[in-house]
Order: sequence, then C-alpha cells, then structure tokens
Amino acid sequence: MNGTLSLRNPVVLAVGLIALLLLAVSTFAVVPETRQGVIVRFGKPIAIVNRYRENGRFGGQGAGLIARLPFVDQIVWLDKRVMDIEMDRQQVLSTDQLRLNVDAYARFRIVDPLRTYVTARDEQQVADRLRPILGSALRNELGKIAFARLLSPERGQIMDNIQAGLNRVARQYGAQIVDVRIKRADLPEGTPLESAFERMRSAREQEALTIDAQGRKQAQIIRAQADADAARTYAASFGKDADFYEFYRAMQSYRQTFLAGQGDTSVVLSPSNDYLREFTGRGR
Amino acid sequence: MLNEGGGPWGGRGGGDNGGGSGGGDGPRNPWSPPPSGGGRPRGPRQGPAALDELLRRSRERLGTGGGSGLPDFGGRPIWLYALAALAILWVLFTSFHSIGAKERGVILRLGRYSGTMDPGINFSLPAPFDRVIKQNIGEIRTVEIGSTAADSENLMLTGDQNIIDLAYSVSWNINDPALFLFQLAEPEETIKEVAESAMRAVVGTVSLNDAIGSGRTGIETQVAQRMQEILNDYRSGVRIQNVAIRQADPPAAVNESFKRVSGAQQQAIRYLNESRAYAQQVTARAQGEAAAFDKVYEEYRLAPDVTRRRMYYETMEEVLSKVDKTIVEAPGVTPYLPLDRLQRARPAQSEGAQP
Repeated sequence: MNGTLSLRNPVVLAVGLIALLLLAVSTFAVVPETRQGVIVRFGKPIAIVNRYRENGRFGGQGAGLIARLPFVDQIVWLDKRVMDIEMDRQQVLSTDQLRLNVDAYARFRIVDPLRTYVTARDEQQVADRLRPILGSALRNELGKIAFARLLSPERGQIMDNIQAGLNRVARQYGAQIVDVRIKRADLPEGTPLESAFERMRSAREQEALTIDAQGRKQAQIIRAQADADAARTYAASFGKDADFYEFYRAMQSYRQTFLAGQGDTSVVLSPSNDYLREFTGRGR
Repeated sequence: MLNEGGGPWGGRGGGDNGGGSGGGDGPRNPWSPPPSGGGRPRGPRQGPAALDELLRRSRERLGTGGGSGLPDFGGRPIWLYALAALAILWVLFTSFHSIGAKERGVILRLGRYSGTMDPGINFSLPAPFDRVIKQNIGEIRTVEIGSTAADSENLMLTGDQNIIDLAYSVSWNINDPALFLFQLAEPEETIKEVAESAMRAVVGTVSLNDAIGSGRTGIETQVAQRMQEILNDYRSGVRIQNVAIRQADPPAAVNESFKRVSGAQQQAIRYLNESRAYAQQVTARAQGEAAAFDKVYEEYRLAPDVTRRRMYYETMEEVLSKVDKTIVEAPGVTPYLPLDRLQRARPAQSEGAQP
C-alpha cells in the first residue's frame, strides 16, 4: 500500500468488500431443506438442486450451500413440502338424486421441479390448475354412486379413483398427488336438511311410542303372571278341602258384607234358621 | 466507556491526517510502532503537537492512557479488541444452545439438515453457518373442532343417514422435529383437515345411537388411528395423542323428539315398577290368605264338627249383633217389615242422591 492509495484506503476497502460480498451472494446460495430449485441460465433451465426424492433422508438430498455463475444463473425456488389444494364446496348429485355438499382437499408435492417450472412456473399455479380438475373429478365420481354408499367405507375406493385421475393431470405439471380426501359431506341447507330432520323426528316419535307400548305390555304380563301365581297358591291351599273352604269363605264373606259394608242392614230371620235352631227350644 | 474512549482516538486520527497533508509522514505516525519511548515527551516540546498534548491529557483524564507510549498504538488494539470481543460474544451466543428437557434442536448447516440436538448444552457452528430451530416435542397441542356452545353446530352424517352435532378435540405433539419442519407446508392446518376427514369417515360408518351413546370410545380410537395413518403417510412427524369427543348430540332441530324418547323410556320403567308392585301385593296376599286357611284347616281337621259350629256361631254373633233383626216366629203370620225404619233410611238416601 503506497501513500496516495492509503488516503482512500477505507473507501476502497469498503467498495471492494461490498463488491466481493455481492459477488459471493450471487455466486453462493443457501438451499433450504424445504425448497427445491431450478437453476436457470438465460431463461434456460440447466440444473435442479435439492430435488424431492421419495423416502429420501433429510440432510442428504442436496440442501446446503451451492455455487453458480454469478449474475447469469437465476434460481427459481419451488416448495418441496406437501402442499394443499383447497377446493370450493361442490354440490354433488348422487344417482338417487340426493344432493350433497362436499368439501374435499388434495395434498400434492412437486416431484419434478423442471417440469413444473416449464409448464406452470410455480407451485401456486399448479394448485390453481389442479383445483377445478379436482372439483369436476369429484362430481363425476360421486355422481356415479348412490347416496348411502357415499357414507360407506367404499368411499375409499372412490377416493382412489379420483386420486388416480388427478394424478394423471398433476404429472403433467411435475406434481404428485399425495392424498385426496373428503373433508365434509353434508346435506344442503333448506329442504334436504329439513326433510332429514323430519325423518329423524318421526323415527324418534315411533321409537318413543314403541317403548311406551312395550312398557305397557311388559307391565301387563307381570300383573297377569302375579294373578296366576296367586290363583295357584290359593288352589293349592284351598283345594285340600273344598267343603271347608266353602264354609270358611262364607264366614269371611258375611263379616265383610254385613260389618264392613255400607248402609243399614235389616235381617228378617225365620225361626227355622240354623242359627236360631236352639232359640226355638230343643223340643222341636 | 469504550465508545467514548474510541471517539477521541478516531478524531485524533482525522486531525493527524489533516495536519499531515503536506507530507507522508503524518498519517504514518499512528500506524507505525513508536520509534522510541522519547517520542511522546518530544511532542509537547515541538510546537505543532499541541493537539497531541490536548488529546493526551483528555486521555489521561479518562484513565485509558497508561504508560509512556502505549496509548498511541492503544487506539488500534482497543478497536480490534472490541471487535474481537463482539465476535467472541457472537460465537458464544450462537454456538451454545441450551435445549430444554422437552425440546429438540434441529441444526441447519447452511440450510442443510445436519442433525438434531438432544436436551442439555449443545454446540454448533456460529450463526451464519449453523442455525438451530428449537422445537418443543413434549408440548401437547390441541386442535378444537366444532363447539359445545348452543348456537353453533357442527353437523355430520352418520351411517344410518341421520345427522349428529359433534364437537371434538385432537391432541397431538411433534414426534420427529425434522420431518415436522420440512414435510408439510402448513402442519397445523393439515392436522385439522385430517381430523375432520377422519372423523367424518368414521362417523359415516356408525349409527346415530352408537355415536351418541356407547360407541363414543370406539369412534375416538378409530379416528385417532386413522389420523395417525394418514399423517404417517404424509411423513409429517406428528403423533396423535388422543381424540376426545366433547359433545355428541342430536341436532337442536330434532332434540325435542329425542327427549320424548327418553321420556317414553322413563314412562316404560314406571309401568314396570307399578306392575311389579302390584305383583308383590297380589302374591303376598295370596300367600297370606293361603297360610291362614292352612292354619285353620289344620285345627279344623282335628275336630271338624265343633270347629265348624264354633266358627259359625262366632261369625253370626258378630254379624247379627250389629244389624237390625226381625224374627218372624209363628208360621202363617204375615211378616210386616218395619216400614218406619225403611222410611227413615230412604229419605236420607234420596236426599243424598238428589243433588
């Protein structure tokens, strides 16, 4: 360093440093684990960094520091993670003409960044293009089956069909559909929902009446059984001497009728009455 | 204090440069090592070094100036020391990581995943090279879906095409911090959607009565299982701890009918209770009467005639002592009924019956 330069030394140093930094920044790039990049030279893609590999382990897929030609190579970043296609609510008509509001979602990831870059530029575009296809695929597939099956476990098969169909399209954009699922499947507001409520209501009314009737029936059976048991008990006991029972029961009955009964009682007795046998004297 | 000390030194440098613009010697002075210890004392003797003297004094007042020549080059080292200290601090702060018991640290070396830190003190390269993201894997997070509030309903279809109002919550934690960070674009949103999807799929296979009543636990486990499968498919690094159904009710619109069912159930139980009570009564009475008859009959068998007569007379005695009696003795006599008595009784009856 000579004397004249040293006067501007800090300035030169700063400028040099900044230039160097700029160069470094445009040469080196940090590739995060969550992204994959397409290196584009003058608009032409020349390389892919940190490309998604199925079941690849993190830390070994190409993330980290990379170098490129400064100012010439651009990196187009694409998300490497599983992303979401949120679909607008679709009204689906089943084969038995029942309407159902369906919310579904699909999960996708970019597996071929180059293709994505060429056909759709970025992942948002991919999602935008897949969204209407998901909607129509859903309507088509669900429109082929009856309402009851929509709720059944067979739905898995339908979902697989939709996923396969969607995957064919997604592959054109370098994407892969990870999963398609129905989030909600509801009856639309208004008449369908109301009639479903009405059906539930009437089913419950019926259940309530059935339970009531069954209760009455059970109660009646219990009473009848008790009566029968009592009759058996009486018969077993009284049947030992029917004649004595006649007498015994008559005595009970007299007490009950004349003593505990209502109203005055007048008895006109004939002297020939058994009770008055002695009254008239033995000499008869 | 350091800055204040640095200030005057920087100023001094500027002044020196200004003063030395005539010759190259001027700026060299602060850079080069002191020629000798006598350099400094020579300053005040020479006229132009008055500024030096002023600065020296101010330096001494600040207490930074120690030995004879030291402060002169001290300006440079202090600046360097400060930088070095800053650098050391920086390194210390960014390469030591204290990871809590429930935490894990994900190390990103220039963006690349290079390992996971376990609890304790951990080291990494300083900041621009290594970045550590702490993740709390012990913390159980909860996603609430639907609400137990009366005015909001989360309706879904059951397997028997009925509608149920469900509110539930999903508890989860991070299982694999690296996967959690790198696999899903929106992990929380994903978990919520997976929960909704799984819940509806499971509820779609059970009947309304099961969902409201006994099947709840089964549904909870099935949903948790299903969610875990889906999330494993995504390699999300999430573990579902449990799914809890907080509310499973019929929709408000049909609630009245459901209440009627439970009303009917109560009613049926009431019928049964009443009939059982009646049965008890009837049975007991029959047994009692039969037992009484048996006892009497046993005695009667010992002396049938006497017992019979005795019972007859006792009963008649009791009966006839309480009633009006008319005995018509002679045969052929017209038995006049005691009309006065009958009349006495009749008006009372008719009066009682009339109004």
